[in-house]
Parts: sequence; C-alpha cells; structure tokens
Amino acid sequence: MNKITNKVSILLILAGVLACQPKGPATVTTSDAAGKVYVAPGQYDEFYNIVSGGFNGQIGVYGIPSGRLFRILPVFAVSPESGYGFSEETKPMLNTSHGFVPWDDLHHIALSTTKGEHDGRWAFANGNNTPRVARVSFESFRTEEILEIPNSGGNHSSPFITENTEYLVAGTRFSIPMANKDVPIDSYKENFKGSISFIKVDQESGRMNIAFQLRTPGFNYDLSRAGKGPSHGWFFFSCYNTEQAHTLLEVNASQRDKDFIMAINWKKAEEYIAQGKGRVEKAKYAHNVYDEKTHMATSTIKEEVVVLDIKDFPDIAYFIPCPKSPHGCDVDPSGEYIVGSGKLAAMMPVFSFTKLQNAIANKTYDGDFDGIPVIKYEAALHGEVKKPGLGPLHTEFDEKGNAYTSFFVSSEIVKWNVKTLEVLDRVPTYYSIGHLSVPGGPTSKPHGKYVIAYNKITKDRYLPTGPELTQSAQLYDISGDKMQLLLDFPTVGEPHYAEAIPASLIREKSRKIYKIEENENPYAAKGEAQARVERKGNEIHVYMTAIRSHLTPDNIEGVNVGDEVYFHVTNLEQDWDVPHGFAIKGALNAEILIMPGETQTLKWKPQQPGVVPFYCTDFCSALHQEMSGYIRISAAGVKTPLKFSTGTFE
Amino acid sequence: MENKFLIFFVTVAFFSCGPDKSNLKEEAQSAKSTPAPAALADPTKGIGQVKNVTLHTPLEQERVIRGKAIYEMKCSACHRLDEKRVVGPGWKDVTKTRKPEWIMNMVTNVDVMLEQDAEAQKLLELCLTRMPNQNVSIGDARDVLEFMRQNDGEQ
Repeated sequence: MNKITNKVSILLILAGVLACQPKGPATVTTSDAAGKVYVAPGQYDEFYNIVSGGFNGQIGVYGIPSGRLFRILPVFAVSPESGYGFSEETKPMLNTSHGFVPWDDLHHIALSTTKGEHDGRWAFANGNNTPRVARVSFESFRTEEILEIPNSGGNHSSPFITENTEYLVAGTRFSIPMANKDVPIDSYKENFKGSISFIKVDQESGRMNIAFQLRTPGFNYDLSRAGKGPSHGWFFFSCYNTEQAHTLLEVNASQRDKDFIMAINWKKAEEYIAQGKGRVEKAKYAHNVYDEKTHMATSTIKEEVVVLDIKDFPDIAYFIPCPKSPHGCDVDPSGEYIVGSGKLAAMMPVFSFTKLQNAIANKTYDGDFDGIPVIKYEAALHGEVKKPGLGPLHTEFDEKGNAYTSFFVSSEIVKWNVKTLEVLDRVPTYYSIGHLSVPGGPTSKPHGKYVIAYNKITKDRYLPTGPELTQSAQLYDISGDKMQLLLDFPTVGEPHYAEAIPASLIREKSRKIYKIEENENPYAAKGEAQARVERKGNEIHVYMTAIRSHLTPDNIEGVNVGDEVYFHVTNLEQDWDVPHGFAIKGALNAEILIMPGETQTLKWKPQQPGVVPFYCTDFCSALHQEMSGYIRISAAGVKTPLKFSTGTFE
Repeated sequence: MENKFLIFFVTVAFFSCGPDKSNLKEEAQSAKSTPAPAALADPTKGIGQVKNVTLHTPLEQERVIRGKAIYEMKCSACHRLDEKRVVGPGWKDVTKTRKPEWIMNMVTNVDVMLEQDAEAQKLLELCLTRMPNQNVSIGDARDVLEFMRQNDGEQ
C-alpha cells in the first residue's frame, strides 16, 4: 500500500506540474495557478488590458486573467488588415506637419477617469517619435482623434491624465531649440528648452486641443502623473539630464547626485491663461479627427499655441530634488504620496504632498535652478524605501495601501507599504521588467487582484523563433500576502505602459454595427438602387454595395489605364460581426475591411489593360467564394463605353 | 489498482485547474438572453413579437413610401419585386401566400424564425443563404409590409 501511495504521490505531482506550470527555468507557480487564469470556452475575462504596442505603433487589447489577445487597434501605425491609413477615409489620421507619418512608437496608455476613477469612455496614448497624442473610443475601439504636439523633441511624459479628464499632458523627452531654430548643438544650455503641453479634453465629445504650453528649463522630461484628491490641481514630472548634456548622456547625464521631480500647479497656470497672460507663439501642428457619422477623417493644420514661461510665473513650478535620473514619478491613490524612482539609486524617496505644500508656504528652499525654486529634499520627503532592489522604474498601487514597484536591473516586482515604507514581498520577473499594471492602479480606486509585468527581455521563456523573439507579459496574483506568478503571455509589439479596467465598465457599450440610415459618408450607396459608376475626368467613382454574398456592381467596363479608380464600398449588412472586405489585384496599398453599415474607399490605379478581378476578403457566408467581380481596363485613349451591372438572371 | 488511482488523481488535478466559481457565475449572468418567445397558437403567424396586424384599405400611402425606401436600402440586394428568386425569394404575391404577422416576424426576428419556424426553414433549404438580421424595427417592418401589398397590386 505504501508503495502505491508513493507512486500515486509522484503521479499527482506530475499531473499537477503538467497541468499547471509554465515552461522554463526557475518556475515558481503553484498548482492552482492554471485554475486562476482559466477562462472556459465561451466565458469572458474579468478585465480588459489595454496594452501599448511600443514600436508597432498600435494598442493590444487582452483579457485578464486569461492573457488572451482580442484585437490590435491601429493608432499611429498603418494597418493593412483593416485598411487603417490605407483607405481614403483614414489616411488623414496620420497626417502631421511633416506630412503623412505612417508609424510611431506608442508608449503610454491613459484611460479616462471621473473623480479619479475609471469611467470607460476613452483610452489615450502617446506617439513618442513624431510627437502626437491619440484618443481611442471604447464604443468603437477605434482611433477617433490624433493631435500633433509642436515644440516637442519626443513625446514621452504623456498622455498622463487629471482626475476628471480635464487635461492630458505631453512633456518633451528631449529638449530642443524652440521654433525650429538653427543653432549649434553645443549651445544646449543657452538655446534648448523644455516644453510641456496641457491638452484640454472636451467632456462630451472627447475632442482635444492644446490649451497652453509651459516653457521649462532645457533637460529631459521623462514621466509624469497628475495629483488626485488633495493634490488635484498639481502635476508631477520626473526630470533627468539636469546636467544639460547634449552628448554621451549615458555618462554625462548621470553626474549629479540628484535630478528633479518638477511639481506644477496647473490650476495656477490655468488662472494665468484665463487672465490673458499667456503669449501666443507660431507653431505648426496637425489635428486629425475621425467622424463616426461620415466614417471619414479630416486633418486640420493649426498655426499657434499659447505659452507660459515658468520662470516668469514663480508660483507655477517647483523642483523637488530626486536621486539619480528618476524615471517613474507615481502618485498613490490617496493623492498624498509621490514615489520617485531613481534609475541609478539604491533607495526610493517617497514625497509627501502636505510637506511639499508646507515647504512652499515656508519657502524651505535650497536655492533655485534657472529661477525655479528648489525645495529642500528633506522638507518634502515622507521617507525612503531602503534597499528595495536595483533599478526602480515604475510604481502601481492596490486598494490596501500597498505599492508595487518594478525593478529593471534586479528583474523583480517589490511590494511595499506606502505609509511605513516597509518592504513586504518580492517576486522575480522573466526578465527585466519595465512597466507594470494593477487594474485601476493609477486611479483613486484600484481594483487590486493582479499585477501584470511587461518585460523587456523574454529570452528562454517561449519556443525560440530565431533572433527576434516574442514580447511578453506576466500575470501575478496579489490578493494574498505573497505575490504569486500565474501566467506568461506573449504580447504584440514591445509593451510599455498598460492599464487594466473592469470589463463591466466597457462591455455593454461596445458598438455592434453602424446604422445604415445614419451613414453620412458622401460616397455611400445606401441600397443597391444607389450602386453606380461615375466618371469625373480621369477619376472613376465606383459606388459599390456589399451584402452576403455579392458586390454591386460586379461587372465594370469603360475604365482606362491612367484613370484613378475609387472603390467606395458600403456594407449593407446590419447584423453584428458581418464585415466584408474588398481587395483588387495589383493594388499598391492594402485591402479595406468594411463594418456593417459603413462605407470605406480604396483607391486603385490600373497600370495595364486587361480584365482584373476583385473580391471580398472576409469569409462571410457559404457563398463567400462567389463574392467577386471583374473590372475591364482598356488602354489609354481607347473609348470603351462606361458600363456597369450585376447579374442578369435567366 | 494503480491505473484506477492514476485516473482518479489526474481527474483531481484536472478539476483543481478548472474554472473558478466566479467565472461560472459570470457566465450565467452574461448568457445571451434572447427571449425565446413561445410558439403562437397559430403557427402560420410565425414566431416573434408581432401577434396581430390590422390592415387598412385603401393602402396607407405614407407607409408605402417609407416601406419602399427601406426596401431599397436593406432588402433589394437579395429580393426582387417579381417572382424570381435571386439570393432570397422574389416578393411577388408574398402577401397572398403569407400572413402579415408571419412576414413581419420573419423581417424582425429572423434568427429565431430560421431556428424554429418550419416555413422559414423550408426557405433556408431552398435558398441556402441565411437571411441576415437587417436591424429592422417593428414599425419599419409594418411599412415594408404595406409596400409589399402595393407590389402585389392592392390599392
């Protein structure tokens, strides 16, 4: 019997291992991990995880706790899958003052909040390279708006958000000479400036505009968080390179013992703007808006911004010394504590908003920098987390007064108590964690339950796929005293920041169709009776309809080489999840996917005579393979009569 | 003996990794709640919210105009106005062969009709393309019905 029991034990352990543990070295999961992340077929996840795609310029939408990928939302990068950036309707979304920029580096997500809590209206994201901020609707899960940021050398400390979504910020990572001035690079100290844009958000439409820009000293503005609760009205920015180096920053920007967290009283700045104290400066930037009724984007070039120089308004800005090139600058749910994460520091300072206010009232300063008061370090300090780990980057919070900080160099998440500063637990990540996310973690009301690590290195965690490996995230249970690794899941593109939001705040309002009656696209064919082909000079406009399973018209003649053909395809379906696609041989762009009730346009320039097929790309019915047609192309100058039809039936 | 234990423990291990209860609860709450309307006493009226339709003579011209516009936008891609079947059956004489309630239920409750109504199922076998839900309201369906009556020669 003993022998049997032993064998049984071994089997039990083996079964547990096979069923639940992820592959790879140093596994630390326990046998109930699989059950905690298992979402049975047909069931839903508890949270949406809105994850930045980094250098793919897109946003990934995942389920938590399963880690399943639902959709990739194109934001700053073209998507041949949906036609975003390829269709005539969406091309203006990627317009900038530099022209059409089809890619960007998307780093941070900010979900809209009301009274400091997630409200499920919009997601905002930054484009780091060609500075932009985008707004995504949680009704359509589409990018509805992109605003370019002028006077910025890289939009990194963005788009962090105030507690009622009053403002988003866009702080320049790289300082530059303003107004495109041509100056020697080594005149950095003299000519280079920082720039922080405050973007006002319309509470009804979500539309963004730059309310004002702050001119700040020339160094690097890295990350940011808005105050909340008692600190509402303030914004905090981490700054590095206060050495003002312009070359070999790796060494030259790591000289000073302390850099700064810049505290901005934005309510004060708002007052000065209201009093007309801002100065208007010329600046060229694009504002692109997608209209859900016309299914079309328009791009407008704006010409000016209103500027406040913080050194001229001494009660707007203060510098708090923060050790060694701070990265994260995170405000706890109560709004009282501000956590600075010096990338090269052996401890983490936690500042107190109350103490900061006292220090300002009593002018407990340690001199100034460029005319901006520098608060005495100890006067604003709540305390230091001693020896928490190596390379602290970012901090999220739970609803129980705990903080979770990512440590890049020591590859771990450390849990600590915000008030007592005591380290409570630590878990390894695989490997080199960057950002991390607790559902509701940056809000006044975290939902706790999980922390998700977004790692910079994946190495041996998955089957190898050549030199280029998948990016990855890891899910940890934080409901108990000890953090518990539950799941590795791959992500598409390098994940930077992400937020997780209860599915219940979004699910019910997700749009199912566009009502054909409400389609205001001027090129819509609302019914087959309106399907037609029109010639305007060398432009051919095909007003085409799509419904299971035919395109109308599906025979077109009278088009010549040298013409520009616009296929305006209206999907007449009015049922959920019945998109049609459209593609034509030799098109130099992509396909278009057309949602039910929507109209989208693909431009095509025939290069040679012949008969060219087109077809529906999205499998729509049993007769999907039949959903196709032909367009006849005649040589330039040949007068083939313009003709179009669909089906004559015997 | 060992085999039995193996099966037993593998089963235990399987369940220990199964869905937790909160998920099951979530599913129960989120289950699609299309109310399954009980079959009507008169099966020739179809299944759905439309129980009794009162027709007027002469035709209500405003309904006819609206019905025609809806037909052109949402129906004409598959239904011709003569008797010829293309994707779906031609509409000629539909009001003479079907009860008005059946027609309106077919238009507004097509997914249930295709699953439960014998006549609708016969049509699916014939046409082999499921009639799509075109998101037509009851009021719109009534207008379409009036247009069908006109198409069938009523005055």
